[in-house]
Amino acid sequence: MSVNYGSKRIVVGAHYGLRDWLSQRVTAALMALFTVVLLLQVLMPGPLGYDQWAGIFAAQWMKLLTFTVVAALAWHAWVGVRDILMDYVQPVGPRLALQVATIVWLLACAGWAVQVLWRL
Amino acid sequence: MRLADALKYRLPLAGLVSILHRVSGAMMFVLLPLVIWMFDNSVSSQASYDAFMATFAVGLGPLPGWVFKLVVLGLIWAYLHHFIAGVRHLWMDATHSVTLAQGHSSAVFTMAAALLLTVLLGARLFGLY
Repeated sequence: MSVNYGSKRIVVGAHYGLRDWLSQRVTAALMALFTVVLLLQVLMPGPLGYDQWAGIFAAQWMKLLTFTVVAALAWHAWVGVRDILMDYVQPVGPRLALQVATIVWLLACAGWAVQVLWRL
Repeated sequence: MRLADALKYRLPLAGLVSILHRVSGAMMFVLLPLVIWMFDNSVSSQASYDAFMATFAVGLGPLPGWVFKLVVLGLIWAYLHHFIAGVRHLWMDATHSVTLAQGHSSAVFTMAAALLLTVLLGARLFGLY
């Protein structure tokens, strides 16, 4: 079995980071699709007041789609912010602390969004 | 190499689009609670919707309405730039459009489209039409 730790550890090469790259694109495509779906409903003829706006998110399918997009957004932002931290924050301690803070930030925001959606 | 050294290099437009992709993403990450706060207020009840609208018209607490409009204008640009620059990436991946010329022309399009749409939506936000 080939050694993959210490000085022999392989940190570059084919497919390294492919999963993050692909997940960021797939989640981006989902959010773009959501943007189009939301725009189509917002741009329906007629005035846009509270009833119309809240009505868009009252439908169960829209709640489920919005929830999926919130999860996609958190995942997408995690990959992006992690990239930023890996580039600019070199010391391991502060980097880990910021990565943990990023996860807490994103999960808390996602929880809030879910709460708003399902009390509607 | 330090940042001061990096700044001596001429940054091509595609490079500007790239760093702004990162900046706009970071902006939206930091302002995410504001976005959800706006979503919460706008959608929860007629009363919270009215309060949400009043935030932009007259402000909230010591903060005048134009401060919120300015922050949201920043969010609008960030979303548009990030969206278009992201689609540019997908387009480059799908069609292998990665020559210098293609990179430059799509960068021009990204910058221009994001700024133009920001001006259009910003004019609406500030009540110019």
